[in-house]
Amino acid sequence: MSILIDENTTFIIQGITGREAVNMARECIDYGSKLVGGVTPGRGGRDVHGVPVYDTVAAITKKQRVDASVISVPPPAVRDACFEAIENGIKLIVIVTERIPRLEVAQMVEYANREGARIIGPNCLGVLTPGKSRVGGMGGAAVSARKAYTPGPIGIMSRSGGMTTEIANTLTAAGLGQSTAVSIGGDAIIGSTYAELMPLFDADPETKAIVIYSEPGGRMEAQLAEYMKASGSKLPVVAFMAGKFMDEMPGMRFGHAGTIVEGKADTTAEKLTRMKDAGISVAEQIQDIPDILKRRLAGGGA
Amino acid sequence: MRFYEYEAKALLAKNGVPTSKGGAVTSADEAARLAGEIGGEVVLKSQVLSGGRMKAGGIQFATSADEARKHAEHILKLVINEQAPRCVLVESKSSVKKEYYAGIIYDGNAKLPVAIFSDMGGIDIEEVAETHPEHVARVHFSTFQPLQEFKFKELVASLGISGNELNQLSRIVSRLAKTFLAHGLTLAEINPLAQLEDGSFIALDSHMDMEDEARDQQRSVLEELGIGPDESRQSREPTEFEMRVATVDAEDHRGVVRVVEFDGNLGCVIGAGGGSLTIFDALKKYGGKPANYCEIGGNPSVHKAQELTKLILQQPGVEKICVIMNVVSNTRVDIVARGVIKGVIESGRDPADTIAIFRIPGSWEADGFKILEKYGVEYADRTVPMSEAARRAVMKVGGA
Repeated sequence: MSILIDENTTFIIQGITGREAVNMARECIDYGSKLVGGVTPGRGGRDVHGVPVYDTVAAITKKQRVDASVISVPPPAVRDACFEAIENGIKLIVIVTERIPRLEVAQMVEYANREGARIIGPNCLGVLTPGKSRVGGMGGAAVSARKAYTPGPIGIMSRSGGMTTEIANTLTAAGLGQSTAVSIGGDAIIGSTYAELMPLFDADPETKAIVIYSEPGGRMEAQLAEYMKASGSKLPVVAFMAGKFMDEMPGMRFGHAGTIVEGKADTTAEKLTRMKDAGISVAEQIQDIPDILKRRLAGGGA
Repeated sequence: MRFYEYEAKALLAKNGVPTSKGGAVTSADEAARLAGEIGGEVVLKSQVLSGGRMKAGGIQFATSADEARKHAEHILKLVINEQAPRCVLVESKSSVKKEYYAGIIYDGNAKLPVAIFSDMGGIDIEEVAETHPEHVARVHFSTFQPLQEFKFKELVASLGISGNELNQLSRIVSRLAKTFLAHGLTLAEINPLAQLEDGSFIALDSHMDMEDEARDQQRSVLEELGIGPDESRQSREPTEFEMRVATVDAEDHRGVVRVVEFDGNLGCVIGAGGGSLTIFDALKKYGGKPANYCEIGGNPSVHKAQELTKLILQQPGVEKICVIMNVVSNTRVDIVARGVIKGVIESGRDPADTIAIFRIPGSWEADGFKILEKYGVEYADRTVPMSEAARRAVMKVGGA
């Protein structure tokens, strides 16, 4: 089992003829994902690595089932592409593009919620279920992705795409495979937060523990802490928090739009306190995560 | 990007929120002339992107043009929290009966904007929120439907406000929300939102933040306000090093690089996003003195890595550089290796001595490691944790 995607998931790439998207298509196909088409308006009828390109999403959804779409178009075109996918019945939207204004993200999420669709990202690398499917470019070339990600019981949720692979690789080296890894995105508003994905992991019989990668900014960690207390989730959670140095630099922006300390609850110190209070284990270094997981999986406390 | 008070008020006025009569001036003579034109008592306010203006003496009152000139002279020279004022705002002084607060921000968990309103406005609003939560009301509103004005009526009414005051106040909150949505703002605040002796309401002070992502779409309004595309409005202005790296980044669309300058002896070519934060924490933990924060990723070209390396090595006091990333997906190890080594050689230094450690596993790593070996550079693969690579780098520059 897994969450969000498995070996049967069919998906398209919107913006498939773009430079990064062409690479992503190749990597997804090589990994064994069911990439059934791509959309670039005006390029219909061509193909990318054998994958047919359409002018519109409707042109493909009326022909076949499409479970998911990866949106890899320039920032000004993202909102409309997302609406197009949702309007045509696609239920899982992975938005790779970064630098989308917050208002537009809020509008996309509001529309997705109304239509019963789920957004992952923006500013993310996608979702990967080891050995089964990958929707997005996480892990790079298929041969690299197979090296870093292996099937197993650990779910990963990460605000950094790159660190998702670093963590998976560390787990793999320690003999701990992964059920599904989700790069949730680095922006201030994202489609799916830790707490919103937790019920999926809770319902997945294969997932036995969770690792999250976290950063300063926002209140997503507080929301997860509340979920852990309120839901009675049985899954042990291990968190790694980067960006501790930023606590002394409020107002400075370092990369991710969500990674800016705007208030007291945004600091790493505050987040760590809340998470520990909710029974979440905190790893000081990435390489400490496997031992903590093994202890928690054997029934040890946080 | 933060707005000065006079800019925020210009946006409010444009959207129908009442503000005081007055304007922003850059000389004492203009201040005197404007004070004369306004007539009566005026307030002169230093325009800095910082709180604590009143305490610092950046806000003064005047009853004549001469007095206004004297105060303006003082305010224009007064540095507040290391900031020289951009100008001085001269406004008619209002006689205030009661102070309210109205603010709009995004709630990242609800993924909606939230309007916050209080009948206990003023400088202590944050304290009020903690000590008198019953005087602070909140409501989320849609970004998708036409502006839900009824929500702002419910918001104001929930504090027991009715009659004419309810209508006036909810209209102002509604217009503030409209301003927030129309201009890509992440913060729009009127504090105090003052009720005057005659019962009318006016925005006495305002804070606004526009996100960088919205600046392109807002170009025309930014032009109207006289804000150029180069004005970063970060909590400090970019340094020359930061601007030169930004130029290198803009010259070549392949890959992305961003830096923040610090004082230190260890230059950092680190990436990509989360990896940089993780590595920087580790460098600090082991007592390292990084010369810069850096995010490089998205498959940069040889040229970009090379120019970044050269700029870092030109920084005074930089003894060595460390090149560390998480396991990379689309960035190519061999390309970064080639770029960094070229940059070091073109700086007239020896790669084996200058590169403290190179730890980037992932795509094309075998090719990358071969290049590093040829130049005698210490490198590490994925079996060496990022923090261990950081520790080794710090050791080589005589860290703790």
